Amino acid sequence: MSDDHVYLTLAEGHDDDARWAYGTGFEDPLHGVDTTVPEGLDAGELAAVCVALADDALISAQRLAEWITRAPELEEEVALANIGLDLLGQARLLYSRAGQVDGTGRDEDAYAYFRGADDFRNVRLAELPNGDFAFSVVRLLLLASWRLAHFERLASHPDPVLAAIAAKGVKELSYHRQYAAEWAVRLGDGTDESHRRMRKALEQVAPYLGELFTAYDVRDEVVAVLKQVTEAAGLPMPVYRPLPGSGRHGEHTQHLAPLLAELQGVARAHPEATW
Amino acid sequence: MVITSLDPRRARRIAEQVPDPELPMLTLADLGVLRSVETTEDGTVVASLTPTYSGCPAMAEMRADVSARLREAGYPRVEIRTVLDPPWTSDWITPAGRRKLAEHGIAPPAPAPRGGPVPLVLSPTRQAVACPRCGSADTEETSRFAATSCKALWRCRACREPFEYVKEI
Repeated sequence: MSDDHVYLTLAEGHDDDARWAYGTGFEDPLHGVDTTVPEGLDAGELAAVCVALADDALISAQRLAEWITRAPELEEEVALANIGLDLLGQARLLYSRAGQVDGTGRDEDAYAYFRGADDFRNVRLAELPNGDFAFSVVRLLLLASWRLAHFERLASHPDPVLAAIAAKGVKELSYHRQYAAEWAVRLGDGTDESHRRMRKALEQVAPYLGELFTAYDVRDEVVAVLKQVTEAAGLPMPVYRPLPGSGRHGEHTQHLAPLLAELQGVARAHPEATW
Repeated sequence: MVITSLDPRRARRIAEQVPDPELPMLTLADLGVLRSVETTEDGTVVASLTPTYSGCPAMAEMRADVSARLREAGYPRVEIRTVLDPPWTSDWITPAGRRKLAEHGIAPPAPAPRGGPVPLVLSPTRQAVACPRCGSADTEETSRFAATSCKALWRCRACREPFEYVKEI
């Protein structure tokens, strides 16, 4: 569709079957953006950067959405859903950019719905199950701090589209990091039980820290934030114990495949569906 | 169709009056998301929109509404472009837009932070948001996230009413 009224478009031309129940073609998030790749940029590399960042965001958004109806308070549910929505928006823009530059012309749905776990390049930290609220807070703190520091650098990337996506994302991610940091302090400096859970969560994320820092070097910024938060929260810094393998190379935990099965189920059952 | 109907200034005025789908008391011009309206030599009206947030679900609706309004007004060729750079800031909400927000019980945003690395501030900050209902400055944030991406939830300690605040971004 072009710029026709979305609801009118939904209602017409779908007499053949029920395929419009889900689908593609609803909206290209980079609709009307100049898509030229600047000369001298390695298109394959640029696409790989976009896909890895989009995968982190999509998988994180899916995990955050799992909190809906399960969060401790309605306000937290709204917050986690909003953070997920921002990340989903970033993922859509980045997938669309990847499809423009990698020569395949794939749209966002091809990346999100029609790749297997081995083709995903998100860090494993993003795909781990939600655990308790403390674990989700610690994970969000790490991922948001890393992504914010990384996007601050990417805002001056030579690809103007990636730079614009990053500059926009910085504003959103600073709210995400702030939310996670405030909860980390509240829980770490809270009751014995919340403190104990935060300690456990920090131990659980420790093996996945190294994976965040291998591809793009923003380690110092992230460690500084983590130090600031753990000090304010009365918590120890996580001890760095790297696990072999990396989600950036398609090596994932057993938790990614079931997540994708849920995320991709409808799209794969009706692969030609359009809105 | 009379020639004056294709006046580019008229096209701009029509696009400017399209209401925002989620904050319908504001026009797209009030919100600052309508970045430009130009008419090419062949008479195509090119309107450029920018999203407030990356995941803003209202973008498709905004594009469709601008396109439909212009075509209803007699412009047969309409093109809608997305502009990501510079990113939208709540500073672009016009004075008229801020007044309309307050009239509808939504507190308008404080000035947005300027560029550069974003510091993490853990000490409680006393941000002064006046209650749009009674004007009291004795208010507190209840959640930084609300029914739409662009708003936070606040409550007034003076008149006891909850209200929404458009976040500074």
